[in-house]
Amino acid sequence: MIPFIARRLAQAAVVVLAIAILSFVMFRYVGDPVAAMSREDASVSEREELRTALGLDQPVVVQFWHFLGRLADGDFGVSYRTQRPVADMIAERLPATLELVLMATVLSLAVGIPLGVLTAVHRTGWMATFVQSVSLVGISVPTFVTGIMLILLFSVTLRWLPSFGRGETVDIGFWSTGFLTVSGWRALILPSLTLALYQMTLIMRLVRAEMIDILSTDYVRFAQARGLPAGFIHYRLALKNALMPVITITGMQIGGLIAFAVVTETVFQWPGLGLLFIQAVSFADVPVMAAYLLFVGLLFVALNAIVDIVYLIVDPRLRSGQS
Amino acid sequence: MIAAAAPPALWRAFFRSPKAMVSAAGALLLIGAAFLAPITAPHEPFTLGTFNLMDSELPPAFMAGGDPRFLLGTDMQGRDVFSAILYGMRISLTVGFLAVTISAAVGTLIGLVAGYRGGLLDAVLMRLADVILSFPTILIALLIAGIARAALPQAAAGEAAIAVLVFAIAINEWTQYARTVRGQTMVEARLDYVKAARVTGVADGTILRRHVLPNVVSPVIVIATINLALAILAEATLSFLGVGMPPTSPSLGTLIRIGNENLFSGVWWVVVFPAAALVLLVLCVNLFGDWLRDALNPRLN
Repeated sequence: MIPFIARRLAQAAVVVLAIAILSFVMFRYVGDPVAAMSREDASVSEREELRTALGLDQPVVVQFWHFLGRLADGDFGVSYRTQRPVADMIAERLPATLELVLMATVLSLAVGIPLGVLTAVHRTGWMATFVQSVSLVGISVPTFVTGIMLILLFSVTLRWLPSFGRGETVDIGFWSTGFLTVSGWRALILPSLTLALYQMTLIMRLVRAEMIDILSTDYVRFAQARGLPAGFIHYRLALKNALMPVITITGMQIGGLIAFAVVTETVFQWPGLGLLFIQAVSFADVPVMAAYLLFVGLLFVALNAIVDIVYLIVDPRLRSGQS
Repeated sequence: MIAAAAPPALWRAFFRSPKAMVSAAGALLLIGAAFLAPITAPHEPFTLGTFNLMDSELPPAFMAGGDPRFLLGTDMQGRDVFSAILYGMRISLTVGFLAVTISAAVGTLIGLVAGYRGGLLDAVLMRLADVILSFPTILIALLIAGIARAALPQAAAGEAAIAVLVFAIAINEWTQYARTVRGQTMVEARLDYVKAARVTGVADGTILRRHVLPNVVSPVIVIATINLALAILAEATLSFLGVGMPPTSPSLGTLIRIGNENLFSGVWWVVVFPAAALVLLVLCVNLFGDWLRDALNPRLN
């Protein structure tokens, strides 16, 4: 098991290095940093000065080494568009995205798990058929269309909920939260629902498939023969074993949710990381793009490695094949 | 063996399945109408001078205040929404088909070579595929679009939009073909008839083309169908985010983006109809792909 973990971590390290190189190459070679950072009317000597100040006259390997050193210090460069440190901009936007992702995850688990159990237990009822057909249509509807339709219904037609922004936020230290105000909660409903929908169908299908397998095992049949109440069998005995893949998928999908938040945040003008990234892409603001890539890339590598290792620890059957 | 089902059997299965017939008919109708847009569309929505600002924001023809000339109403500049959808779908489908064709060709080739040769080349290519697969398509595609935007001059960006989109989508999708084809190639390469061909001195390229390739055709077709739906969705999402097709030659995603900006002025038809067209197209392709997968091989998950 230890060799497997070591190999998995080594593999993760290689990917991290590759992401860092990609991020460096973007920062250094996409567009001209000197042209982007100096004034329009800067003289040749001023430009040369900036080139030296940025260390662009040194060998590439030295530049890359310095780049890594700056990253270790939390220095992600300065945005071309706002002239502010990228690290500050990310720190400022992070709470909005994390609160959105957290809410979407809670929502998808709270709705997806019971629906999965219900459709597995009543496999032929009208509700199972209905839920199955809705989830089939659901995978053909892109996130942004779902979001627009929700806005059209709840904001434009019914005027119940706001269609953009976070509402009022409260600052707790560096963290600005929308969980403490009524308008913050109201603003969170539509975006988190939009972000959660795909996840919800995924979890529902997963729980359904697992539950159908487990309901035909001996221990469940035995419990049924003993006359234990159905609710106890389904939710206490069977569900416990069905949740294992749900936990890992949920963990892995958190990275996916942060990536998909780009779309949801654009639809709802939610001031998070995704909106920051899209603005950076439209303005060709390379330092922000490179930093976002690095940040989300690291998150992905870490989540994938953790999930693989947790899997190995939780499920002993996987270990035999690894030696 | 994932041998291709004999075409007559496939046709029989096709005519027995309402799902297959309805989805294929729907997809063909939409694709046909889109590619024949210059004939099927009642107006030329993107030629200046053919539309009139006086006709702007007319509701669909079946509603009060609608104009029979404009079946699904007009947009903010007086352009026919129905025609815009047909032309937009043509662009969406062009990007989708190009991305699928390129990724299928490249992925199959990589899969064949990696599976047949093995060794370091195989290890490097498959690790690369692992890394790409572990990131969401939309993230990699956005990154490519962003780099292209920063690297290309502003003027060239509009003209290169289709090429950038195709590349951004294809770079994600080749991995699935490569993995599947590689697995099948490795199975096939160990079989006696391939060994016999090798011993008699048949060139590697000929073995791959004549003996291995026919065995991987049906999974490649299945993946391609499902990926067409994914590619159309990816293109729509990128265009909606404003990094895809420009408003001067809009795809369905661009149309939805433009409509979304005017959502609060009450002109819902400008966003609802393009969105419905997109969902219908993707749903038809998805359903057909679903059926095709089951029909060609019940075990190919």
